[in-house]
Amino acid sequence: MTAANVATSWIIAPTILPAITAAVMILVWRRDIQMQRILSVASTIALLGIALFLYGAVSDGQTDAYRLGAWPAPFGIVLVLDRLSTTMLVLTAGLALAVLLYAIAGWDKRGRHFHTLFHFQLLGLNGAFLTGDIFNLFVFFEVMLIASYGLMLHGGGARRLRAGFQYVAINLIASSLFLIAVALIYGVAGTLNMADLAVKAREVTPDNQALLQTGALLLLLVFAIKAAFVPLHWWLPATYAAASAPVAALFAIMTKVGAYAIIRVFGTVFGDSASGDTLAAVVAPWILPAAILTLAAGTAGILASRRLLDLAAFNTVASMGILLIAIGQFDADGLTAALYYLVHSTIAGAALFLVVDLIAERRGDALDALVPRNPISQAPIIGTLFFLIALAVIGLPPLSGFIGKLLVLNATYDASQKWLIWAAILVASLMMTIAFSRAGSMVFWKVKGQVTGPTWATAHVMPMIVVALLVAASASLAVFAGPMTKMFQATAVQALNTPAYVEAVLGRRDNVEPQRPITTPAESATTSPAPVPAPAEH
Amino acid sequence: MELLVASAIGLMTAAAVYLILQQRTFPIVVGLTLLSYAVNVFLFSSGRLIANKPPVISDADAYTDPLPQALVLTAIVISFGMTALIVVLALRGFLETATDTADLPEDELLRDMEDDR
Repeated sequence: MTAANVATSWIIAPTILPAITAAVMILVWRRDIQMQRILSVASTIALLGIALFLYGAVSDGQTDAYRLGAWPAPFGIVLVLDRLSTTMLVLTAGLALAVLLYAIAGWDKRGRHFHTLFHFQLLGLNGAFLTGDIFNLFVFFEVMLIASYGLMLHGGGARRLRAGFQYVAINLIASSLFLIAVALIYGVAGTLNMADLAVKAREVTPDNQALLQTGALLLLLVFAIKAAFVPLHWWLPATYAAASAPVAALFAIMTKVGAYAIIRVFGTVFGDSASGDTLAAVVAPWILPAAILTLAAGTAGILASRRLLDLAAFNTVASMGILLIAIGQFDADGLTAALYYLVHSTIAGAALFLVVDLIAERRGDALDALVPRNPISQAPIIGTLFFLIALAVIGLPPLSGFIGKLLVLNATYDASQKWLIWAAILVASLMMTIAFSRAGSMVFWKVKGQVTGPTWATAHVMPMIVVALLVAASASLAVFAGPMTKMFQATAVQALNTPAYVEAVLGRRDNVEPQRPITTPAESATTSPAPVPAPAEH
Repeated sequence: MELLVASAIGLMTAAAVYLILQQRTFPIVVGLTLLSYAVNVFLFSSGRLIANKPPVISDADAYTDPLPQALVLTAIVISFGMTALIVVLALRGFLETATDTADLPEDELLRDMEDDR
């Protein structure tokens, strides 16, 4: 077998490995936390290895498709591997490993089945990044969400239950909207395979165009709920601030699933730079205003936070705002900046939740509230980590946040609303600087009395090392910004190349340029709904 | 038949939206269930409403699209599981806090902190 063939059969591995791991843990070692930890860490390391292998396999720019059950596309389900999906896989596996190492210092014992749910969550995430089918994307979203409901409640308590109810309710509504969108799109296009849809969506008759656009906008709405766009962001601070720290850190990747889905569906499938009247052009005008409002709401939330966890949660909202500004450009430069900022904000956002947890466990009953209290133990180390992470999330030099923001500013330089975008990002950075300096001074300097928290003899070292490693990851993202940006550039170009995607999945080069509306219901009868109404000659 | 199905979906959705906007957990759960019914019927009808035809290809016009039926089956299973989960959540929340409002409880920690200052 050639190297490409070997990689093709490994595309399914990132979904199978967590599924088997989770099943083994719940069936064999459900009471043995030590074995669960060993298996869990080993499996996540293997997952990272597979993700890196797949990343290497498609780094030459090819797109690879795995057909489940060898059913030819578009009839069967396909998993599609390209630079974009492997980037997300590597990011997910790396973040998962860090979070897991943090959690095994004690958080995983505060509730049951942490590791099982964790791996089911990874299954859903990896599946969502790999799938090439819209309905399959829905299914993987649900897998991811079911696991996240369990993880969100990890540790118990009335507040988590209440926030959990809201979280589940909003996501059930989002799932319903997703299904309505799927039904609308299937009803007019007759297919749910993304590559096939890229072809068929351009052949939809004008009288069905409104239905298709409604479906596309509903899809955007669903992804917006996942990605916490204003005004659909309100569930996020409540959920993330109520979840346990490692879970909130893992959830840093969950909002990025929404961002990924927007890039994939409206960049690759519905987007095509060649013509102006694509579906991407229908949704694009909504994204930029929502993104700027998201950034504003997130920043206001950061300023108003009276707890560090709220600060970290609203920071997630604000970073999604900047990410969506970049995605909303829908060009190669915008997507390059978006991908860099996506990786950066996932790492920095997760690190912020973890360092807040380190602070909270040292402050007695004050926890993470921003009130004067006793000095904390290991303050020099934790203070330095907090300072560095704050630099990263605000976007001050020298860490990756600065370069990420610079790339976004640069990518929007030619945009028509340049001044609005630049003003929003720069003012938000200033506001975040104020909020983070205030929070840091309150926790580390406005102190009185005895030192509280575990001493060096009793403190867990591993969590601190994990947070330091995340900071190091952010730093190396900044140091290697040149090569990283080149890779993200190639990824962005590939993600916007619809014909190549279609050819790789369907195995033939279809004409995806806008063309005459079809006059017969469909060539392939099985994928189209029986009588597509209103063919022209009836 | 189209009018009947369409108005059934519309009515169920309207009732669901009204119920979901309530403040207590029980109406919200019922509303979500109604919404998932409406969505399932809508998804089913995306293959067009054709009566008394087999869901396999026999000849060009005499079959009904089998794919929406498979999609609905998946959607039913998922929404059923989710409903079970949210019922348990609502119950646990009620038993632990003795109230079934869907709002978040007031942050007692912060209130204590304010008193301290």
